[in-house]
Amino acid sequence: MCLAIPAHVMSVTGDKAQVDFGQNVLREVNVSLVEAKVGDYVLVHAGYAIQKLDEKDALETLSLWREILSAENQ
Amino acid sequence: MEVQNYRDPELARRIAAKIREVTPQTGSFKFCHVCGTHEWTITHYGIRSLLPENVEVIAGPGCPVCIVPAAEIDESVQLAQKGMVMTCFGDLLRVPGSNGSLLDAKAQGADVRIVYSLTDAVEMARKEPEKEFVFFAVGFETTAPATAVEVLKAPPKNFSFLVAHRLIPPAMELLLGVGDLNIDGFIAPGHVSAIIGMKPYELFPRVYRMPTVVAGFEPIDVLMSLYMLMKQLKEKKPRLENEYSRVVKWEGNPKALELMDQAFTVTGGNWRGIGRLPDSAYKLRDELAEYDAHAKFGVKIEQGKDILLGCECHLVIIGKIKPDKCPMFMKACTPQKPVGACMVSSEGTCRVWAKAVATSKPLKP
Ligand code: SF4
Repeated sequence: MCLAIPAHVMSVTGDKAQVDFGQNVLREVNVSLVEAKVGDYVLVHAGYAIQKLDEKDALETLSLWREILSAENQ
Repeated sequence: MEVQNYRDPELARRIAAKIREVTPQTGSFKFCHVCGTHEWTITHYGIRSLLPENVEVIAGPGCPVCIVPAAEIDESVQLAQKGMVMTCFGDLLRVPGSNGSLLDAKAQGADVRIVYSLTDAVEMARKEPEKEFVFFAVGFETTAPATAVEVLKAPPKNFSFLVAHRLIPPAMELLLGVGDLNIDGFIAPGHVSAIIGMKPYELFPRVYRMPTVVAGFEPIDVLMSLYMLMKQLKEKKPRLENEYSRVVKWEGNPKALELMDQAFTVTGGNWRGIGRLPDSAYKLRDELAEYDAHAKFGVKIEQGKDILLGCECHLVIIGKIKPDKCPMFMKACTPQKPVGACMVSSEGTCRVWAKAVATSKPLKP
């Protein structure tokens, strides 16, 4: 039940936001726990955004791991 | 957000090879996670089959629905029978109480409604002011902030909460005391950690010398966390690491923590299959008693019948046995006709195993 799904913030009005879960599945979620701006990625759990998702960090982590794995192989 | 990369079989193979490289040939190693979603990833992608023979991953009490004790289900059933509209997440409907579930109560005419989100329940209460609504607030630290948000927003007068939230770190500490479980490291739950941050896990390496890695939920996340754990073991330097830094910050979500502190006090709580754990449950603060269904309607049941005869949920929940060691697994107990709570909830270990048989997509190259 702690499943949380990333979504893209499309618009924000007060503590509500329209988010896109991909493939155009739009939903209104509560964003009072995060400071969400249009364009942010948020993690949504049971209708509430619980944290922002750092896209840059996500990509950097992956490339860092690839690097570590290669470096340690030598 | 591109998640495909976090499912890359080639990268998975390379991490698995690294795990093999750092795993000592002698001895055996057991890592424990405490999240139903981790168990799903592990079984769905066949992660166990990628690991060396002497490395085992077990599932601890990671299903917030499974560990709700029968007494609290009984309270919800009683409220529904008394004429309140009981609202809850779908997973809870079939969880057995001492004498039946909310679904049974519904079949007998009680008004029990499934909601996707707490917001929906509050909305229903606003639209039907002549009825009393109760929301069954179940879940770990991931779910508790929503309850805090709504209760502090002054919900409508005809709305109250049956709070059954539980906290994960005390359950992890319990596992370390279970005699022959012999855990060598923890995969800590990413979405609980998104809220509570890293600090509550500090005691595991410091006091218990237990390697602990907070991990995300894609197969690459889980494999990477296993590699990090194995490396810590090999170096004999247990520490707390964050594999899921794209979501989990050291301080967690300060706003959520602040609201939870305003809404709840921490108290002892019963866990199905485990018993009473000190400082492991949230209770609404006294100032919010008007929204506490216990106080408002005078329901309080202390003891219930948690485990039915023959069900091994109490051993599955603490990772002592795998579901297929239960004689009823996929025989008398199936997702269609579940016997224990672990087969009811989609996050329950038995249910995850039952489903994996049908749908798994192993990463094995
Ligand atoms: S398979 Fe069914 S009966 Fe056996 S432990 Fe799991 S839930 Fe209980």
